[in-house]
Amino acid sequence: MFDWIQNIADWFVYSVLNLEKGQHLAEALNFFIYDTTKILILLFVVIFFMGIVNSYFPIDKVKNYLSRNKLYGLEYLMASLFGVVTPFCSCSSVPLFIGFVRGGIPLGVTFSFLITSPLVNEVAIGLFVGLFGVKTTIIYVVSGVLLGTISGVILQKLKLETYLTPWVKEVLENAQRNQDIFQEEKQTFKQRLPIIWTEVLKILKGIIPYVIIGIAIGGLMHGYIPEGFFEQYMEKDNLFAVPIATILAVPMYSNASGILPVVQVLVAKGIPLGTAIAFMMGVVGLSLPEAMLLKKVMTLKLIAIFFGVVTLCIIISGYLFNIIL
Amino acid sequence: MTKVIKILGTGCPKCQTMTGVVKDVVSANNIDATIEKVEDIMEIMKFNIMTTPALVVDDVITIKGRVPSKDEVLALLQ
Repeated sequence: MFDWIQNIADWFVYSVLNLEKGQHLAEALNFFIYDTTKILILLFVVIFFMGIVNSYFPIDKVKNYLSRNKLYGLEYLMASLFGVVTPFCSCSSVPLFIGFVRGGIPLGVTFSFLITSPLVNEVAIGLFVGLFGVKTTIIYVVSGVLLGTISGVILQKLKLETYLTPWVKEVLENAQRNQDIFQEEKQTFKQRLPIIWTEVLKILKGIIPYVIIGIAIGGLMHGYIPEGFFEQYMEKDNLFAVPIATILAVPMYSNASGILPVVQVLVAKGIPLGTAIAFMMGVVGLSLPEAMLLKKVMTLKLIAIFFGVVTLCIIISGYLFNIIL
Repeated sequence: MTKVIKILGTGCPKCQTMTGVVKDVVSANNIDATIEKVEDIMEIMKFNIMTTPALVVDDVITIKGRVPSKDEVLALLQ
């Protein structure tokens, strides 16, 4: 499907710049041009598609659905699935949390949503398809959804309501399973399109520098680090690799789009995919800025439990992948 | 009549962008309006929104969760 981009990259590097095939510089440059073009196209497609879905399926509908329907346990999975199609800005996490709690949605279900929404987002999916291919992307998305579901169930079982900040407890007591009067914007697709379009461009503009820098670093490493270089340091049976990778990843966030291209090269050079996926889930799914924001609604203890449970689930899935893949 | 514009947001970059857009539109078109930034989360939650930033014109929520274009804001204010 992307042969034509490879052809352009080959033509530019070997014909226009007249670099010799097999040279480190030529290979690195070729890789850079090919990857950047391919990934930007994929990102554009995925972000645009998600933008359309989201325009017709906004967060208010999600909330109403979850607070209206009794799903006998499936609500965790549903919340997690909704998290996939709903874009997440960490600055909205607090109002979102309160909105869910006020709608009578159980804490665990709210957590399921809060975990999956940033973990499986349009940017991550676009980058994943471009860097690792469709199969790995599906594995990532499915495990992200399951991770949100399972963590939500665990967090619900822990009965954490007492660790909410006092004013949120008050909200919780007055929670009603009532419907907010929600007027859906009655717009035609033609009216929606410009709004979706501006959003797409805005998201792309925000991440392009990181993506390009990430791919540039990846390209350099790709050209200069020999195949299988990391195998000697990070073998599959090294039990500490997964937890260390995950814990390193949690504080990183803003440059997730820059980190993924680098990780792809690490995988190509011998780091096990499970370890890499655990690392990426840590980068994309949990972030310190989000934790700081959540302080308004949760006590530090609750934030620590929340992050602890999710980190643990990420580590477990990292091990699982290393065994399965 | 003076319009009361409220911008709800906890201070994220998007909220600041929205404030900029609204201020520009108001001053460029000489619209009679007061602009108030609501940054306190408890105040914000009274409006029952789940995504920020949100634009409230005369107590009606007009836009939530995204940064509007200048044309859009102008249309809302006229």
